[in-house]
Amino acid sequence: MSASAAEPATVARRGRPISWTLALPLAWVALVVFLAITADWIGLPDPAAQELILRRKPPSAEFLLGTDNLGRDMLSRIIYGGRTSLIVGICAPFFGFLIGGAIGMSAGYFRGKVDLLAVGFIDILLAFPTLVLALTFVAYLGQSLFNVTLALGILSIPAAARVSRANTLAWANRDFVLAARTIGASNWRILTREILPNLLPPMFAFWLVAVSVIIVAEGALSFLGLGIPAPQPSWGGMIADGREALDVAPHTALIPAAVMFLTVLSLNFLGDVVRNMVDPRRSSL
Amino acid sequence: MHWLARQALRLAVVLFCVTLLTFLIVNILPGDVATAILGGLATPEDLAGLRADLGLDRPMLVRYFDWLGSALSGDLGRSHRSGEPVLQAIADRLPVSLQLMIMAQIIAIGIAVPAALLSVRRPGGLFDRLSASAAFGFLATPNFMLGILLIYLFSITLDLLPATGFSPLSEGLWDNLQSMILPALSLGLIEWTVLMRVLRSDLLTTLKEDFILLARAKGLPPWRVLLQHALRPSSFTLITVIGLNIGGLIGGAVIVEQIFALPGVGRLLLGGIFNRDLILVQGTVSFIAVGFVVVNFLVDMLYAVLDPRVRHVRFRS
Amino acid sequence: MSGAVSATPLLSVRDARVGFSTVRGMLRAVDGVSFDLQAGRTLGIVGESGSGKSVLVRSLIGLVGSGSGAIVGGEVKLDGQDLRGLSAKDFRRLLGRDIGIVFQDPMTSLNPVMKIGRQIGEGLRLNRGLDATAAARRAVELLVEVGIPEPERRAHQYPHELSGGMRQRVAIAIAIACEPKLLIADEPTTALDVTVQRQILDLLQREQRERDMAMILITHDLGVAAGRADDIMVMYSGRAVEMATTREIFRGPRMPYTEALLRSLPRLSDATHTRLSAIPGRPPDLARRGTGCAFAPRCTYRSGRCEAEEPALVREGGRGFACFHPLGGGGGASA
Repeated sequence: MSASAAEPATVARRGRPISWTLALPLAWVALVVFLAITADWIGLPDPAAQELILRRKPPSAEFLLGTDNLGRDMLSRIIYGGRTSLIVGICAPFFGFLIGGAIGMSAGYFRGKVDLLAVGFIDILLAFPTLVLALTFVAYLGQSLFNVTLALGILSIPAAARVSRANTLAWANRDFVLAARTIGASNWRILTREILPNLLPPMFAFWLVAVSVIIVAEGALSFLGLGIPAPQPSWGGMIADGREALDVAPHTALIPAAVMFLTVLSLNFLGDVVRNMVDPRRSSL
Repeated sequence: MHWLARQALRLAVVLFCVTLLTFLIVNILPGDVATAILGGLATPEDLAGLRADLGLDRPMLVRYFDWLGSALSGDLGRSHRSGEPVLQAIADRLPVSLQLMIMAQIIAIGIAVPAALLSVRRPGGLFDRLSASAAFGFLATPNFMLGILLIYLFSITLDLLPATGFSPLSEGLWDNLQSMILPALSLGLIEWTVLMRVLRSDLLTTLKEDFILLARAKGLPPWRVLLQHALRPSSFTLITVIGLNIGGLIGGAVIVEQIFALPGVGRLLLGGIFNRDLILVQGTVSFIAVGFVVVNFLVDMLYAVLDPRVRHVRFRS
Repeated sequence: MSGAVSATPLLSVRDARVGFSTVRGMLRAVDGVSFDLQAGRTLGIVGESGSGKSVLVRSLIGLVGSGSGAIVGGEVKLDGQDLRGLSAKDFRRLLGRDIGIVFQDPMTSLNPVMKIGRQIGEGLRLNRGLDATAAARRAVELLVEVGIPEPERRAHQYPHELSGGMRQRVAIAIAIACEPKLLIADEPTTALDVTVQRQILDLLQREQRERDMAMILITHDLGVAAGRADDIMVMYSGRAVEMATTREIFRGPRMPYTEALLRSLPRLSDATHTRLSAIPGRPPDLARRGTGCAFAPRCTYRSGRCEAEEPALVREGGRGFACFHPLGGGGGASA
């Protein structure tokens, strides 16, 4: 029904050459995803195997990206760390959007007291600085991949609820929804069949942005030592480890930093493109 | 004044919920302060004794209202670990965090406003495109990464500024600024990007208004048109975003204080979390949340000062 | 072509052009318009929205320019001085001192966050070198002059605290503050209540006469121009299609479009229930103009020639018109 929203012409209209601003980010993200999936089968050294004699080696033929403070292979750790980042980055917003989306849709559809309650709840969650809330959650839930994902998922509830509420409000009064109501469709049916499909494009665009935000947040938690527990590699944790040896072996911090930067940058680029396709009015920003 | 009263009531409700939620998170979630204090080898009796000493054996809601009661009279309890009053601990460290955030905000606004003004002089021009690219790059840089990069560049490679450590203002302004400039940059260099984008977009809208044409027709030079006529009516979204971003700034401050070893509230909180110091965490998180809510409230009020139309609507009806 | 008149005109415009390059091609908003305006006289520029009348006048005083992506051409002289050759700085000085402008909607033409007194005084301080106190005092005097009660209090108020008519009076005060030689009123009454429209027009006319300014009154309404303008230029699709004194226009238009405009005006002499005739069709799309006369598709007098070639503005006596089949006078011969 909203086929026009996906017209590639919208991208061209911005006047950006599609060639490299779209292809490079796409290629980088694809590479990170591919390596994260195939990490176990491409003959990487164990990311946790320590070799103290070979610690803090700069990149060489043997260790393509060098070794860290404990002599672990950086390339392997970066690829496995990417897996962590992607799992958290993809799943956490998904979880948040499931709950936040439901809250937002019911608020926008039923209005009245439901809306008031939902907005109140969102206000309360938003009254906490995001990272502080995440820290507190993880600190008390305990550090594990699942708990970090859960905590960051909770944090994406308010944003998801806002987007879905605003869009539901906009769609709930359209003629086809009123038509469905007059022929006696149940609320559940209207919400899932009539409104939800229209919510998906903006939610998808927003989810792409959320992925990069969550990857950064996970990095911050790991950096503070409150993310994924120690032996398991994560980009934030690697940067934190590298900080110790910044003067003698700067590559231990700068390489994971560069990888993370490129990933977040690429995701932001892609998010921008998708958002402009979904909502051409925003393209000026 | 009706509007003010409603806002104040809303503020009170939000504050109540915020402290309650903090309390629930800190108390419902697993993790035991007694085990954390005494270590894994303590006997069950020792643990139970310590819990009773700390008042942890009473029902949760009772403890919450206890805490809230004393909190309202300015007593946030004592740290389980150090025995130091929590409020005192926060007060000791608050100036560092405030200085950090204010300096970061000054840097952010100091870059964002001129960059936006220069961008809109020729939209799509060289400066506009350069600043947009720079903003996009900085936006993809997490503050902990930027902190590390700044240390690498200014402390290790150029050897200009100290990498860590804090000199209080009492040891001289110069030393103090030296120890704060890199931390503030780690936050400000990221914050400006958002502010610049918002202001640029609003400026472009304002510049299409007739009163801008009229200002030009008066013979005002372009920079005066921008500064005296376009900037203020374009700054309302900017103010909102500054308010909203304070949350991110506080989170950023926690990280940056940790990187640069600054004795601020963020580090106090992290210490509390690592030590499972419930009362300290509860107090600090509540304090931060309350501060955040109040600042947002004040930012909302600032609207009225800046926009006479809002003042008219809000204070006369 | 020159339209030579005895005295040097205050404003002289030759072959003014404004184009906007758009995705659909070059859009000619103003296409070769020439006119003269003597000091102390009022020229009414009349046309439908989109006829290019506002763009023309704004381009003359540099408010439509390179910044907005427009391509501006032609020659503009004020008091014999070529405006296009001036440096940006000199042009701004001239603009501030010698030209005043009143826009259509006083809701949007006044800065919402600046006090009225300061908005009036701003030009005075810049162009007349007044200090803050003198400018403020003069602003109050100007408010009195444009008929605003309690001027001292009003000077300290913001635009939203005034009614639409009051705001337009303030806009006029701003326009005349620096004693300009030329006052431009761009649809000054369109956004106002019918009841205050007349007062604003009267005020404009009074100021124009007392200060002996030249005035350009832009309007879509021939009726507005009727009692206020000495001369009228009718614009259609970016071109001037008829130019004459107001009296001549109302006595007998030569261009069918002017006739159609006149017929859409209510007249007191009409019987009570006479239907006003609307002009059929819509104004042409500026981006895809054909070869012929732009008005031809809506014209009842059109012939094959009208669709094939575009009529030039023919001068006949003091007046001019662009039509192959002019009304009234005997075809193309002199009057």
